[in-house]
Amino acid sequence: MDKILQKSFDINQIRNDFPILSKSVNNKPLIYFDNAATTQKPKHVIDAVSRFYESENSNVHRGVHDLSQKATAIFEESREKIRAFLNAKESSEIIYVRGTTEAINLVARSYGGQFLNEGDEIILSAMEHHSNIVPWQQIAEEKRLILRIIPINDEGELLLDEFEKLISIRTKLISIVHVSNSLGTVNPVKHIIDKAHECEIPVLIDGAQSTPHMAVDVQALDCDFYTVSGHKLFGPTGIGILYGKKQLLEKMPPYQGGGDMIRSVTFEKTTYNVLPNKFEAGTPNIAGVVGLGAAIDYINSIGLNLITEYEQDLFKYASEVLGNLEGLKIIGKAANKTAVISFLCGDIHPHDIGTILDHDGIAIRAGHHCTQPLMQRLGLTATARISLAFYNTKNEIDSFAETIPKLFKIFS
Amino acid sequence: MSKINDIYQEVILDHNKSPRNFKQLENATQHLEGYNPLCGDKLTVYLYVKDGIIKDISFLGSGCAISKASASMMTDKLKGKSKSEAEDIFQSAHDMLTGKMKNDDDILKQGNLAALSGISEFPMRIKCATLAWHTMRAALNGTHQPVSTE
Repeated sequence: MDKILQKSFDINQIRNDFPILSKSVNNKPLIYFDNAATTQKPKHVIDAVSRFYESENSNVHRGVHDLSQKATAIFEESREKIRAFLNAKESSEIIYVRGTTEAINLVARSYGGQFLNEGDEIILSAMEHHSNIVPWQQIAEEKRLILRIIPINDEGELLLDEFEKLISIRTKLISIVHVSNSLGTVNPVKHIIDKAHECEIPVLIDGAQSTPHMAVDVQALDCDFYTVSGHKLFGPTGIGILYGKKQLLEKMPPYQGGGDMIRSVTFEKTTYNVLPNKFEAGTPNIAGVVGLGAAIDYINSIGLNLITEYEQDLFKYASEVLGNLEGLKIIGKAANKTAVISFLCGDIHPHDIGTILDHDGIAIRAGHHCTQPLMQRLGLTATARISLAFYNTKNEIDSFAETIPKLFKIFS
Repeated sequence: MSKINDIYQEVILDHNKSPRNFKQLENATQHLEGYNPLCGDKLTVYLYVKDGIIKDISFLGSGCAISKASASMMTDKLKGKSKSEAEDIFQSAHDMLTGKMKNDDDILKQGNLAALSGISEFPMRIKCATLAWHTMRAALNGTHQPVSTE
């Protein structure tokens, strides 16, 4: 692995690290404001994936030949990098999955399948992504479980008093998003975990939108499960992480059967492998793991604390600029937010906003953001959304602001 | 602004702002809901069909300018048409919206529908425009299952 060293937060240098940021869209310089959907990849990640396929490619955990040993070493080095990134106690608590969706499905199937029974309750919140609703609905339907939903206020914040009222002797699991993809709300997950643990209820935290923007320490949080998306963390698609406390993962049954997750197989009986392999059936996304490891190296070279600081400054600026645009209404005004701004422009449909901004090279997301229950709660069918990353700039926000009056003019 | 002007033409913006036949039909002989799960847009098309003729047609729902204008223009175009004429118009409109139109399609030359032809340049928006048409056609054919673009 190449060493990458960066001493200070140099935005020009950072932008140069991302090849796509110098591209044009519709003959305009790309302004990429759709980072909550997926983030762009630094050259360091792209090169690591290329290098793997060019000179290191092999299957892991199997071959006795040189390449396989190298591939296995890189694969496991990445796991250690992720362990350190999340400050997990042991690297065996880091399970490679396809993404946060699969991570939640794994817990719902394996933990839910084994330990939840008819009448048990699972607490979710009103701002969950469909990926933290549907897996629970599926297991709830099969096992006659009950889902309880923490309501939110109009600003897009969880009502913690209501949360406490939902906890009962029947509550057997809580699964909550750390940062809302639609609104940017940062939820007080530490408080929720502490309350849950008073009643010995395990808690899963969906970290898809938090890990790219803030330092996360799973031991300090004391969460039981934490999920990470690789492609939202400047890494490749198709790779993500489930963190789980060892004592929980050990008593959970495998999620999928196949190669690599076994210790021995006969037609009479199969014994399962130890953690983390027990949950990693089949040949994994090795290049994805390599890319994710490189993404973490890259983030560490800048420093998550500097990233958070820069993004919060950008967010403050964007909030002021957007707040001053006539006719633009910001949806979601939680006190603690990442740099995500959902908005409406009069009665112009978000999809029309998206198409017109795209014409100026500005990529935003428009729609329900896979949070239809949240949209219903807010009385909306869709919003337009900008979601920023540390390679975005105030100049880009100014360019965005200049297109909004044009938009109103078209629909006047 | 060339491509963008193609899709947000004045006639489309006008139909978006003041959609025609935007109401529930009290005497509807059939009605059906159409849904685009990608964006969450929903609309209902109402038909009053007598002796094989669409005597009246209307729609209600929420959606983007493209879906609303397309639905509005569709209701204008189909009122008074026979079921087989409506099928022909559906085919022409569908071919145009999906970029398969023959240049000399007479059906589209009459009225404003040709204004929708720019949509075919925007692959992500084609379904916005076709939703009302698929819903109308399914309603006309007596389907009771809601229509989905996916």
